[in-house]
Amino acid sequence: MTTPSSYDVVVVGAGPAGSAAALAAKRCGASVLLIERGPFPGSKNVYGGVVYPRILGEIIPKWKESVPVERWITRRSTMIMSENSSLTVAVDSEKWNKETPNGITTLRSNFDRWLAQNAVAGGVDLVCSTLATGLICQNGSDKPSTANRVIGVRTDRRDGDVLAKVVILADGVNSLLAKSAGMYPNFAIDHLTLGVKEVLYLGRERIEERFCLEGDDGCDLEIMGCTDDIAGGGFLYTNQDTVSLGVVLSIGDLATHHTRPEMLIDRLKSHPSLAGLLKGGTLKEYSAHMIPEVVIGNWPQLSLPGVLVAGDAAGSCLASGLWLEGVNMAIGSGIAAGRFAANAAKDLESTKWSGYDQSIKESFVGKNHRRFQRAPELVMSDSLQRIYPKLANNIASSIFTVTDPIAKKGVLQTVRSIMADSDISATKLALDALKIWRAFR
Amino acid sequence: MKGSLVDIENEYFNSQGTPWPIRGGPEVSKRLDATHFNVDTKAHIVIDTQVCNGCQSRPCLWACPAELFIAKADGGILFNYENCFECGTCYVVCEGGAINWNYPSGGYGVIFYLG
Ligand SMILES: Cc1cc2nc3c(=O)[nH]c(=O)nc-3n(C[C@H](O)[C@H](O)[C@H](O)COP(=O)(O)OP(=O)(O)OC[C@H]3O[C@@H](n4cnc5c(N)ncnc54)[C@H](O)[C@@H]3O)c2cc1C
Ligand code: SF4
Ligand code: SF4
Repeated sequence: MTTPSSYDVVVVGAGPAGSAAALAAKRCGASVLLIERGPFPGSKNVYGGVVYPRILGEIIPKWKESVPVERWITRRSTMIMSENSSLTVAVDSEKWNKETPNGITTLRSNFDRWLAQNAVAGGVDLVCSTLATGLICQNGSDKPSTANRVIGVRTDRRDGDVLAKVVILADGVNSLLAKSAGMYPNFAIDHLTLGVKEVLYLGRERIEERFCLEGDDGCDLEIMGCTDDIAGGGFLYTNQDTVSLGVVLSIGDLATHHTRPEMLIDRLKSHPSLAGLLKGGTLKEYSAHMIPEVVIGNWPQLSLPGVLVAGDAAGSCLASGLWLEGVNMAIGSGIAAGRFAANAAKDLESTKWSGYDQSIKESFVGKNHRRFQRAPELVMSDSLQRIYPKLANNIASSIFTVTDPIAKKGVLQTVRSIMADSDISATKLALDALKIWRAFR
Repeated sequence: MKGSLVDIENEYFNSQGTPWPIRGGPEVSKRLDATHFNVDTKAHIVIDTQVCNGCQSRPCLWACPAELFIAKADGGILFNYENCFECGTCYVVCEGGAINWNYPSGGYGVIFYLG
């Protein structure tokens, strides 16, 4: 037995939360080890495709010069799909350019690796191909408690124990370590969705022509009402010479409705509004990953003595229909964890660990979650999944259908007659409008 | 701001709400050819087939994105861990608790070169 190595802070998981935490802790003077189970950071990670990168400025001031970008998002669109039509709202903004970016498309194998490289350049030790298998606590057990502080992690390397003053769990949505430590008592299936994605090669030229893009400009498209009986949504993002196309699905609904994820991908790709955009695309990668859609009230316990939870493991991903923001939230919570850990490591005895929970709740991560806590349930409800997409499309296509030789009905009458044909009462409409207002105001 | 744009597309103005025709894609196993796996010699997920034999609803057959759970002719369940995305959906969806779920050893399992 060799004596285990020892660090001020050990971070489990080199995703966005973990690398940000490691770098932030190092900047505060701590010695830091970052452990990743994949052969390189990003190798286990899948997402839709857009990072909202502003938060990077907190830890990498010159991030714009080196961040691996596929395209800079200058158009954000939402498509409301129904069985026989689609309605798209797109916002083009010249403000969202390279100088003042809003979103970038980037591939996780590049982005996560880049972020981890920055941590390493800042003085963090990184070990890959290493699985953290459990926590080590003061009394020798692997179950921390208020009276039993975490003092390290076990890994699957030979003599793989590492001692730490503080351990940060940034191990993603499954967070086996937080679960086995008993920090996730409310974990439930309806707090999770499944994302399945295809990366399709089209070539730069075809992408620029079909999506009306120039140079390094890019666009994103969120799609509602495209997942049949399964609650969920779809997305289509432009990379440099590929597009990322996928669906996000309620896991429980798949079995209930005897539907498999790839059926919904094929269905989406066949929709006339997308088929032309995707024609001739060849599959470069097929992937899947879960998304935490945990409302703030169901978040896990974020800290116990000697251990902090950050990123998806802490439920930080903001999935609210209009936005799917996980990477920026993970980085934000990682930075908070790293700073707290570095300070705690200086004085373990007098650290009030719940101060970390507080700092997360008061950060932009917690504030966004509190503000939009009603959104996930609403977005997955039958009204927003099926009833309104259909209604909106019926109204829009009626308004734009030329009825000659019959005279036009006018907008109000069109809306009234379509409303009358649907089974939505004025009361339900008013109540739903109020719900939507309250969820997103 | 170049201005916002509202766009309506309607391919089937006359087709009274019939759904669009769906072109089926390749089988999942074919799609998995595009994904890399550094297969561990030891299975990271083990299922208790006894429990599966008594499972009526079998949600894993529908939810596993890599289609690694297969219903056998004799009513049992066949599972192969090799092309697994390590997503976790199966243990979340399985009500019987038949699944002993872990990650593969460090460095093994799926490798997403794009992600
Ligand atoms: C389909 C889909 C679409 C999405 N779209 C977007 C989007 O467009 N924009 C956006 O901002 N967000 C999006 N998200 C959310 C985003 O991907 C996550 O919120 C984000 O990756 C969370 O980062 P993280 O660092 O907390 O976790 P992860 O990125 O999951 O990183 C966790 C890391 O820990 C490692 N790890 C886990 N366990 C261990 C262990 N025991 N030992 C060692 N290492 C371990 C993993 O290998 C991994 O590298 C999407 C997610 C999905 C699934
Ligand atoms: S859901 Fe669980 S118990 Fe049922 S067949 Fe699948 S693995 Fe077996
Ligand atoms: S982890 Fe995901 S891909 Fe692997 S067997 Fe379970 S559901 Fe299928």
